[in-house]
Amino acid sequence: MTPVVLWTDAAVWALAAAGLGYLLHVRRHEHLAAPWRRVLRSPSAVASLIVLAAFAGVGLLDSIHYRPRLEGADARGGRVYAVEVRSALDALLAPLKARTERTYSAPLATRSFARETVELPDGGVTREFPRLRHGGAHLADESQHAADVVATALQGLALAFLGWAALVAVATAGLARRHALSAGAMWRLIARRWTGVPWIAVYLTVLVLALVSAPTALLAANYHVLGTDKVGQDVLYLSLKSIRTALVIGTLTTLVMLPPAVLLGIMAGYFKGWIDDLIQYLYTTINSIPGVLLIAAAVLIMQVYIDTHSELFPTTAQRADFRLLLLCVILGLTTWTGLARLLRAESLKLRELEFIQAAHAFGVPHGRVITRHILPNVMHIVLIALVMDFSGLVLAEAVLSYVGVGVDPSMISFGTMINAARLEMAREPMVWWALAAAFGFMFVLVLAANLFADAVRDAFDPRVRVGAALARGAGV
Amino acid sequence: MLAYILRRVLSAIPILVGVNLITFTLFFVVNTPEDMARMQLGAKRVTPEAIEQWKAERGYDRPLLWNAGAEGTRRLTDTIFFEKSAKLFAFDFGNADDGRSIGHEIRARMWPSLALAVPSFLVGLAVYVSAALALAFFRATYLDFWGVVVCVAMMSVSTLFYIIGGQFLVSKLWSLVPISGYQPGLDSAKFLLLPVAIALAAGFGEGVRLYRTFFLEEIGKDYVRTARAKGLAETAVLFRHVLKNGSIPILTGVVAAIPKLFLGSLLAESFFGIPGLGSYTIDAIQAQDFAVVRAMVFLGSVLTIVGYLLADISYTLVDPRVRFE
Repeated sequence: MTPVVLWTDAAVWALAAAGLGYLLHVRRHEHLAAPWRRVLRSPSAVASLIVLAAFAGVGLLDSIHYRPRLEGADARGGRVYAVEVRSALDALLAPLKARTERTYSAPLATRSFARETVELPDGGVTREFPRLRHGGAHLADESQHAADVVATALQGLALAFLGWAALVAVATAGLARRHALSAGAMWRLIARRWTGVPWIAVYLTVLVLALVSAPTALLAANYHVLGTDKVGQDVLYLSLKSIRTALVIGTLTTLVMLPPAVLLGIMAGYFKGWIDDLIQYLYTTINSIPGVLLIAAAVLIMQVYIDTHSELFPTTAQRADFRLLLLCVILGLTTWTGLARLLRAESLKLRELEFIQAAHAFGVPHGRVITRHILPNVMHIVLIALVMDFSGLVLAEAVLSYVGVGVDPSMISFGTMINAARLEMAREPMVWWALAAAFGFMFVLVLAANLFADAVRDAFDPRVRVGAALARGAGV
Repeated sequence: MLAYILRRVLSAIPILVGVNLITFTLFFVVNTPEDMARMQLGAKRVTPEAIEQWKAERGYDRPLLWNAGAEGTRRLTDTIFFEKSAKLFAFDFGNADDGRSIGHEIRARMWPSLALAVPSFLVGLAVYVSAALALAFFRATYLDFWGVVVCVAMMSVSTLFYIIGGQFLVSKLWSLVPISGYQPGLDSAKFLLLPVAIALAAGFGEGVRLYRTFFLEEIGKDYVRTARAKGLAETAVLFRHVLKNGSIPILTGVVAAIPKLFLGSLLAESFFGIPGLGSYTIDAIQAQDFAVVRAMVFLGSVLTIVGYLLADISYTLVDPRVRFE
């Protein structure tokens, strides 16, 4: 196989590397680590962090792309590769991806959802619900269907529980060792929630994740756990593939937004005068165009560009990926104004403080004042904006794809899934599983992001902490 | 006061010019009308004559900024910039791709949009403020905690699911109201009931949580403590002091949103088949009708700017500490 690095892959991995670098940097600086420790003290924050990490794991696996090698050789004896671009996640889920049915089938079903005309051995024809090609195909006798599903699910639950118990034992032993306690004493501390990090929440979240994923994985070997869609694709596979698109939109957009927001926001507040006027004019103008309309206009224009320059994109995946990247750029360029406004206000305040005045008195050049004194003191605002924007962007993707200005129609995303599934609710009997799957995955992802963002804001925003303390004090 | 308003109105002009330049650049400089024609006419092997005809029908066959072939002021006015962008200032929107006047469509479609947006807005405001005030009253109790949890959960659901779920439950399963459609006049009530309820639910989490923080911020202030110290009942403190002062940030946000009610709601209108400006915009985006999208971008920006203006003015009215500088 030959590796393929799509644009968004490079950006995603660069972002992951930057995150890791930030983590190492934080570990070495106590004043940066303190607020993060406050975040980790909140049970909802650690629980949502684990869920987000699981989603991020799927997204990162889906960001390693390659083109598989084909049998045979070209005219000069060189290797030939498939046109189709696959990811590491595709390789992992290869059976799921390959086992397509003819059309809709309900979750865990053994028979198709639609009647088909079947020829009988004696030459006659009948209309019936045919057996699925893959779902429950291992069952010789269909009457064992329910028993088989229950047995497999129970097996998965048992396996998950055993694995979880082993993990908890190892983790508790490790913690006990680190704190020089006996394992029993450590366990009592955890159970009574006397530890700084709420390990109970960690263990319970891992348990829930394991209890959901292990039976799903076992059942997925023989069934379509979440059913199949109109063209017979496995809905579980589609949902897992959608995660990367959502994560890319949520993270890359903020990455695009940061440079203009930070640079212009700080410059406006720090230099004041005509620079401030110019930057304020710029962001007021962009801000007064309603967001969806500006995005729609920009995406329409981008579509024209892609259509008229189709020679630039050899494969569908590359075209879809370029479109995703541009969508992030457009979203980023239309949403930087909010953060810039906050940073301007903060820099206006900071530039009047004594330590900045002292730096000026010593003749420190403006560039150094900004990077050494202003930037570190507005970083908490940047961080809060980063985590707060994520969930909104994931939700925006679905809406934009519905409007027709979202990701490429060939790209699997929650938006395209909802768009394809919304007419299925009108069918009789109703096809609900694709919509339910998109709803479930999106809800868990966005809820985790929201809870985590709240914890980060509470820990990093000094105003919130004071305000909350005041409210508590006055409330009793 | 009058001088202040006048100055604020005048300061909106350069912003509108900026908006106009941005849309002009987006629609005519990034891609030439040539590209647009090719996209619209679809096929790769489209004849140059067809492209020329498409451009001539829509008036895109002029030069962009400077018509060297014309006489006198026509050098400036007989251009795409003047015809398509500058004329927007006079609210002359031109024709859509299907030949109908955009201005006429906007005037006709404004009413259904308002019929949906105004009730959603008023009911929403009343419900969110009451719920937020209730949470603030029961602050630091289980009711407050679970109220916030419900808000966060409701915020985490995409609007699309509220609409699809609401249509399924209320219209299909219970058959209470028609699934979509619209009639003008009093008959519109049965078509608008569900969209209004859904708009209420979709904005509930975010609205209540935001207003709750406004009220909690006020509750932490000294004058509230004074009010309690002089023996006022908690309800009196809440309704007479906290509600009034907490309403200032709410009011400015709300006033800024009022002009945009004209634009309607993109999603609700298209799902429920309400012939308003929101569904007009979506249809135009899906049909890639650039003239309509351009007009809506400009109209939306004008309304947003008017909203900011009204917000500033209302702020000076309700808060005497703000002076007209």
